[in-house]
Amino acid sequence: MQATDQLFYVSFASRVMIYALAATSLNLVLGYGGMVSFGHAAFVGAGAYAASILMAEGVTSAWIAWPAAVAAAALLAWGIGAISLRTRGVYFIMITLAFAQMMFYLVNSMKAYGGDEGLSLPRRAEIGFGLDLGSEVVFYYAVLCILASMVFLLYRLINSRFGRVIVAIRENEARAEAIGLPVFRYQLACFVIAGAAGGLAGALLASHGKYVNPGVLHWAQSGTLMIMVILGGVGRLWGGVIGAAVLLCLEHLIADYPLGWLERLAPNYQQHGNLGVGLVLLAIVLFAPQGIAGLLSRRKAEAKRAPA
Amino acid sequence: MSWILILEQALNGLQFGLMLFLLAAGLTLVFGIMDMINLAHGSLYMLGAFLASTFVALTGSFTAGVLLALPATAILGMILETTILRTLYERDHLSQVLATFALILILNEAVRLVWGSDAALPMPAALSGPVELLPGLRYPAYRLVIIVVGLAVALLLYFLVAKTRIGMLVRAGASNREMALAMGVNIRWLFTAVFGAGAALCALAGAMLAPLFAVQVGMGENILILAFVVIVIGGIGSIRGALVGALVVGVVDTIGRAFLPILFGHFFQPRVASAAGPAIASVSIYLLMAVVLYFKPKGLFPARG
Amino acid sequence: MLRLEHLCKRFGGVVATDDVTLEVAAGEVHALIGPNGAGKTTLIGQICGGLAPDHGDVFFENRKITKIPQHARIAAGLARSYQITSIFRSFSVLDNLALAVQARTGSSFSFWKPVAKEKMIFDEALSVLEEIGLQEKKNHLASTLAHGEQRALEVGLALATQPKLVLLDEPMAGMGPEESSRMIELISRVRSRAAVLLVEHDMDAVFRLADRISVLVDGRLITTDVPEKIKLNEEVRRAYLGDELAA
Repeated sequence: MQATDQLFYVSFASRVMIYALAATSLNLVLGYGGMVSFGHAAFVGAGAYAASILMAEGVTSAWIAWPAAVAAAALLAWGIGAISLRTRGVYFIMITLAFAQMMFYLVNSMKAYGGDEGLSLPRRAEIGFGLDLGSEVVFYYAVLCILASMVFLLYRLINSRFGRVIVAIRENEARAEAIGLPVFRYQLACFVIAGAAGGLAGALLASHGKYVNPGVLHWAQSGTLMIMVILGGVGRLWGGVIGAAVLLCLEHLIADYPLGWLERLAPNYQQHGNLGVGLVLLAIVLFAPQGIAGLLSRRKAEAKRAPA
Repeated sequence: MSWILILEQALNGLQFGLMLFLLAAGLTLVFGIMDMINLAHGSLYMLGAFLASTFVALTGSFTAGVLLALPATAILGMILETTILRTLYERDHLSQVLATFALILILNEAVRLVWGSDAALPMPAALSGPVELLPGLRYPAYRLVIIVVGLAVALLLYFLVAKTRIGMLVRAGASNREMALAMGVNIRWLFTAVFGAGAALCALAGAMLAPLFAVQVGMGENILILAFVVIVIGGIGSIRGALVGALVVGVVDTIGRAFLPILFGHFFQPRVASAAGPAIASVSIYLLMAVVLYFKPKGLFPARG
Repeated sequence: MLRLEHLCKRFGGVVATDDVTLEVAAGEVHALIGPNGAGKTTLIGQICGGLAPDHGDVFFENRKITKIPQHARIAAGLARSYQITSIFRSFSVLDNLALAVQARTGSSFSFWKPVAKEKMIFDEALSVLEEIGLQEKKNHLASTLAHGEQRALEVGLALATQPKLVLLDEPMAGMGPEESSRMIELISRVRSRAAVLLVEHDMDAVFRLADRISVLVDGRLITTDVPEKIKLNEEVRRAYLGDELAA
């Protein structure tokens, strides 16, 4: 493989991991918390824009920009969550969607930071220690460290008191309240934590591509994240990671490796990739709602039960 | 800022609101009776517009084309309902969201395959001129027609829902599904019919708005979110709520976009005003929604108490 | 311990709670009986906080709790079980109880330490488990339990919060005779630690356990008295007991 090809794949891997982080953050609030938030892209976008605006204003240190992104996303999640979590069911889903769209329009009209054309950044963030994030390999390892730590933190969270409470609330909210748990507070905390993690993913995304535009907040992005979560496995530790990896790899394969036989069957099929995504998603929802992680664990369980 | 301009914008708001109502009415009943989130509702709006453009081209008549698009979309909607959507009623909301999101993707591409990315539906020549409503106030004839049609449909719906037996069944289903089932209402048939009617309403809105906005793939999604905001404000399951919500959203959005930047210009410095004005205008309805929800988490007129 | 004053609640045209004034003394088992649809569950909901009354007040240990949210009332010492079983089905039986213990013992804003390491929670959960007699099923998923066992878990969840007053909503619903007598024993053991407001249709259990009985008909409290007097009360027999006792 040529050097440029290698670099492409390293960069691609970084992108997959960033989306894995975003999808994992959604999995916390959606899979474990049972809160169907259709506006998660708003938090990813808030993080992306916070980091980008700081960069545009001359702040290049990741040690400032990335925590700022997390804080911005957390604050936004706190505001949106405080209002949205007073509602339930269909209301909640639509309200999170509407708020995210509101952020999209807000950002779209910020002419000072690119408006609908987006904002280009001169360089990636700096982390010091003589390491240059401009190098694809260095950036890859940085993202890998961050993703690994976040998944580990999620693992600890799920098994902690907070994790049990969140899952219990998802399971039976009325009874949770009736055994003395202040449901609203825990749900809001979960929402904020997930939003904050999403913001971190956003900051990494902006640094990776050295570019950010309002599209990152569009509800279609929220939809993509949800697809990743259900594909990988709702409420399972590696669900976000698996889903992001599978979806992005598939996307890449379809776009860059045309299949001759498919081309003859359906000319220009690559331009209608969304049709395939839609059909696969529909199939998953109807026939395999536990996602890939679910299928894997079911196979394992069945193998254990079957006589040797 | 003359009162003529205000009146004009108010009429625009009324027109937009009435079309939003057409979408919201079907949507709120789907949520209300079946407790199902249908993101693909906007796709029916899109299908209606595309079908209308074909029928208008085929028949050479705007009216005939639009009228033909209604049953065509209704049938497609009912097919969708009986095949795929029905399997989702008993599923959780997440599954409904994802499945109907998948439908959006599929339908968008399907339309692109059949028609291409956009289509044309020109305004009928007879209606393209202005009408003088009051001395000094000239308003486009076509938009007036939209208002008239919208009001007529709203009245028809009110009559149907409030005064007929079917309407009573629909309202019963919306306010208490289990009770309606227990009373022996054939919920499945009723629902397919309601869904088809909702699809026809979407098609009407799509076809009528087509000469004003572009007919393109993806047009359904933008207006869908507005329809959601309408229902959230108005209350799920309530046609009255949908109407009130739609009018409020239509007027606030239109007037907000028209006057907020000017208002801001009066009070703030030009640099702030030119940035903040349009930004606040575009999110004014979402702010409205947030305020309504803070005081009434189930909307203004929820069907279930 | 518990005092209801002029509680009123209507749903649209239906009056579910009609000017109810009632009190439960410390240490007593107070039964609430009445025909179906009398509003007993609605009353429990208003006491515990799931439902807000239109008028009237609820006092617990002489403190007005009418406007206090449900979770705070539980923290203050109230607990309820549900008429329609409401447990955490995907949790094991032990974990169900552990959750209730966890809710009682400090904040759950703890994100790092695994719950499994908190021995105290599980020890307490185990003792509740023994009390309700489900030791063998401790690691079974709650959804796999038989109906009677689920009802026992239902009561166990209420007890695990160590309440001062527990509201039991038809705990014996759908139970066979053996399970019922086990439940009766459980409730009589509970009375030493907590007052009980018992809603039940099983008259056998009611007359064996109750110190006082209140009768609710169409949302209205028609009388409160000791069991012997209730049996003889003409109005009560007409409204409700007549058929039950004759049977």
